[in-house]
Amino acid sequence: MIRINCPFCGERDHSEFSYGGDASIEYPALDAPPEQWHDAVFMRENIRGMQSETWHHASGCRMWLVVERDTLTHEIQAVRPAHPAIAQALEDEA
Amino acid sequence: MSAKRLAQGGRIDRSQPISFKWDGMTLQGFQGDTLASALLANNEHVLGRSFKYHRPRGIMSAGVEESGALVTIGSGARRDPNVKATLQELYPDLEAFGQNAWPNVRRDVGALSGLFGRFFAAGFYYKTFMGLPPFEWGKGTGLWMQYEKIIRKAAGMGTASREPDPDVYDHAHAFCDVLVVGGGVAGMAAAATAAQAGLDVILVEQDHELGGDTLSQTGAGAAQRSELLSTLAASGAKVMCRTTAFGLYDYGTAGLLERVTDHLPLQALSSHTPRQRFWTVRAQHTLLATGALERHIAFGNNDKPGIMTAAAGRSYLNRYGVLPGEKVVVATNNDSAYQVAADLQQAGAEVTLLDARAAVSGAVCDAVAGIETRMGCVPMQAKGQHALQGLQLASGTPGNWTAGDTTIADLLLVSGGWSPVVNLISHRGVRPVWNAELACFVAPAVNEPVDMVGAAAGIWDTAACIDSGLRAAEAVIQRLRPTSTQQSAPSTEPVTPQSPAHEHGWENPILPLYEVKVAGKKLKCFVDPQHDVTTDDIRLAHQEGFVSVEHLKRYTTLGMATDGGKMGNIIGLALMAEALGKDIPEVGTTTFRPPYTPVSIGALKGRNVDEHFRCLRRTALHEWNLRHGATMAPAGLWERPWYFARAGETIKEAYEREAATVRQTVGLCDVTSLGKIAIQGPDATELLNRVYTNPFAKLPIGKARYGIMLRDDGFVMDDGTTWRLSETDYFMTTTTAHAAKVMVFLEELLQTRWPELKVTLTSVSEQWAGCAVAGPKSRETLAACMADPEQISDANFPFMGVRDITLHGGIPARIARISFSGERAFEAYVPSDYAEQMMDQLWQAAQRFDGCLYGLEALGALRIEKGHVTGAELDGRVSIDDAGLGMMASPKKAFIGSALRQRPELLRADRPQLVGIFPKNRAETFNAGSILCHADKIEGLGAGWVTAVTYSPALGHWIGLGFFEGGHQGQEGKTFISADPVRKGNVEVELVSPHMYDASGERMRG
Ligand SMILES: [Zn+2]
Repeated sequence: MIRINCPFCGERDHSEFSYGGDASIEYPALDAPPEQWHDAVFMRENIRGMQSETWHHASGCRMWLVVERDTLTHEIQAVRPAHPAIAQALEDEA
Repeated sequence: MSAKRLAQGGRIDRSQPISFKWDGMTLQGFQGDTLASALLANNEHVLGRSFKYHRPRGIMSAGVEESGALVTIGSGARRDPNVKATLQELYPDLEAFGQNAWPNVRRDVGALSGLFGRFFAAGFYYKTFMGLPPFEWGKGTGLWMQYEKIIRKAAGMGTASREPDPDVYDHAHAFCDVLVVGGGVAGMAAAATAAQAGLDVILVEQDHELGGDTLSQTGAGAAQRSELLSTLAASGAKVMCRTTAFGLYDYGTAGLLERVTDHLPLQALSSHTPRQRFWTVRAQHTLLATGALERHIAFGNNDKPGIMTAAAGRSYLNRYGVLPGEKVVVATNNDSAYQVAADLQQAGAEVTLLDARAAVSGAVCDAVAGIETRMGCVPMQAKGQHALQGLQLASGTPGNWTAGDTTIADLLLVSGGWSPVVNLISHRGVRPVWNAELACFVAPAVNEPVDMVGAAAGIWDTAACIDSGLRAAEAVIQRLRPTSTQQSAPSTEPVTPQSPAHEHGWENPILPLYEVKVAGKKLKCFVDPQHDVTTDDIRLAHQEGFVSVEHLKRYTTLGMATDGGKMGNIIGLALMAEALGKDIPEVGTTTFRPPYTPVSIGALKGRNVDEHFRCLRRTALHEWNLRHGATMAPAGLWERPWYFARAGETIKEAYEREAATVRQTVGLCDVTSLGKIAIQGPDATELLNRVYTNPFAKLPIGKARYGIMLRDDGFVMDDGTTWRLSETDYFMTTTTAHAAKVMVFLEELLQTRWPELKVTLTSVSEQWAGCAVAGPKSRETLAACMADPEQISDANFPFMGVRDITLHGGIPARIARISFSGERAFEAYVPSDYAEQMMDQLWQAAQRFDGCLYGLEALGALRIEKGHVTGAELDGRVSIDDAGLGMMASPKKAFIGSALRQRPELLRADRPQLVGIFPKNRAETFNAGSILCHADKIEGLGAGWVTAVTYSPALGHWIGLGFFEGGHQGQEGKTFISADPVRKGNVEVELVSPHMYDASGERMRG
């Protein structure tokens, strides 16, 4: 029953969103060696506490968001667009 | 036990008699009765049988904690088992039945003493099943089945109806500033105060009336209730009775179950009124005024009908006008039962009060003046055939009781202390903490806007509870409306705080007492009366090494019955603590989980049944297909034509004819459900080149290309064609099944990984309707629908070409010359509004060439003949090489999945690879889903599997696709086995190239 404050749509129930994954993962270049891709795709932390994670507002604005969520309490500290330029634009506006 | 209805008193309406049926007998009650109070008024004691030992069970409480009076309500499709008689409101012609007994609860053959006793000691299930087969594969199934028969017969509660549920249920949502759970005095005071300050308040109460404990009080309590009722009514708070908050979730979300019609006779129901409503409420602040439940004490035969909580006795007397017994013993270890004794004595019962404590003083003593009171005295063993007839007492101090005399009694009221209802707060992941002074668990502070008030916070006195509600509401107002506290001040003046000693409402401290154990006496003392868990079971569990309460619970099944351990859990914990030589806080408590009280499956599903269970997506051609004789089949949420049977045709005859017609002349197939994505922008080409395995950088404008996408991990995600409409504009088609997944993935890539790419994505799946026109006469068929047939000559419209062509009537069509069937073929898309017009034209033209409409079954036959893969093959575990499409993976560029598809495991030459399959005997068939085995090794997982099978009209026999270790190369002529042990058995097959028909692809060109 998490509620996520979408920067574009406002606060919505989590049922409108779908969970993506760990937002801190930096995907290697497409032509990077398999070892780097292996680490990015498979070697994930199972974080207990604050985690940066991606959520997709699938039944809303279709934007991918980065949500700072405590995996233990579900407390959400921040939500921003995953697209860095859009996030910057919103910040500049604010 | 001889209970009787009193001539006056109580909240029942004696002017409205109600007749109802109990196990076939017609009995009388009154409006305002529960089934339990009405049965008690009729002097019915044995209302149920226990789960394991079939011991008689009577009424043990007057509320949700009921663990004895579980009955079945209604019959036929509306049969509802395990209903607590203490909660079921009486209505005219209500039908109730005893359960878990034969022939009835009063004379139960299953109860023949000791018949089941040996079977069901603690850990019975574990000892029987965990140490023994069938948990060792292949052994002992017979033994298990023997046990299982006995258990099924002996253990169990009511049985549910097997008919479809005739009632409707609703889901509803609400928002509020303050949700107050519990309509006792604390909850009423809190709700009224918050609402007066202008807050939006919802007050929920599981009972059908507000008042909580004051409903069972006379005098001052009743007066306080009336006063609070009128304040609440004027406050504007929304009150929901017959509504249980069964769970508390994140972000102030509560789950409520509203019982809308469970108290009404059948004839009063309308088909539009839901039986129950499942509410999701989101509140800024939640106040839990959930009260407290009185505990039992474990002593000999403490499960006998005629033994109930002290508060229940008072409730039946003062609320329902029933004198529950004539010769009443009240046994307590705290002050609360004193008033109960006084009320019963005044109502005409002969009362003896036992107090485990050595001495008490103060006003409580005045209340019981004239009542025989025995201090330092407890019940040791209940006597009586079925119901209580007498009671042997013990005296002394806890841990040192000595057997005493036996007294006659037809009712024993027990108070072993009170347990605040901390279930909901525990749902928030916090552990209740033990308060030794009050001998109960109370809620810890939580880091959420949820507060406990009243008895739920361990406050026992009525006035103090009201005060607690007021103060909590004040704090909420302060938090949510910092400026409005001023104006609300007059109505919320706090009650004068009481002295700390009396803060919780008891003059004398409670004496913790959980079990009456007397040296040398072997007593059967029940902890969980519903699951027949005894004090000896707990000690046995400890002896056998179970030290964690969570393990104890599962081993003994303590607290796992429908009451969720509301009555017995604390006794169980205390005994475990004693056995371990620890304190209760060290032992801790088990985790409370939702729901607080049972929630029907019907309420969970709401209106989502039958065709509403999942929505049906209708393509723009859905109705057209039905009008033209389609039998439809589900394809995700869509329905697609499965086959178009002519009069008298079977499905097999229909699809064989359709597939053959496509190869001979022309067929039309609705492909509208395919996913379609508009990909636009200066970097659209770059995006496609990165996500597809094959090159897209040089796809000419006006051309389409088949493409495969992998996942990051190197496995195939989806396939489809992408059409280049202009320099910056592409039209991508995906499979029906993966349309949404592909869209989400592309959005993720553009927004999170490659934000520098200037591309927009638009799902246009529903904007375009599509039809595949396939077969040697496909060009002629399409040509008949346009002004200038030259537009689609081979020269003007080559294989894989894309053209915008206007069809007759000015229909703008987007057509690609692509083929899934292997024949010369086109896919024509038009804006959805033109769908039927396009089909009418195409169908008229196709009929001139003796063409047909074809569905998924023929589509499947055609693609299997060609060895084209679909979702049956691309199941997420298949690499591009496994699918025989390795040549589609460009070695010259990097793309999504290109790194990890190089993992050694995915490059192994003996991985299962796509193969074609022929039956050795061409007249035979075999099944999709079979395991492919070497002929001399038909065992285990085999060496491959069959994904699809069809009759091939082109080849004249059954064929299949599948995967086999190492593929078909070098296996020609060898015999393999398609093993299908549970259906068809073994069929000899041979492996061939998956391209079983027109391998060179001649037919689709030219
Ligand atoms: Zn949004």
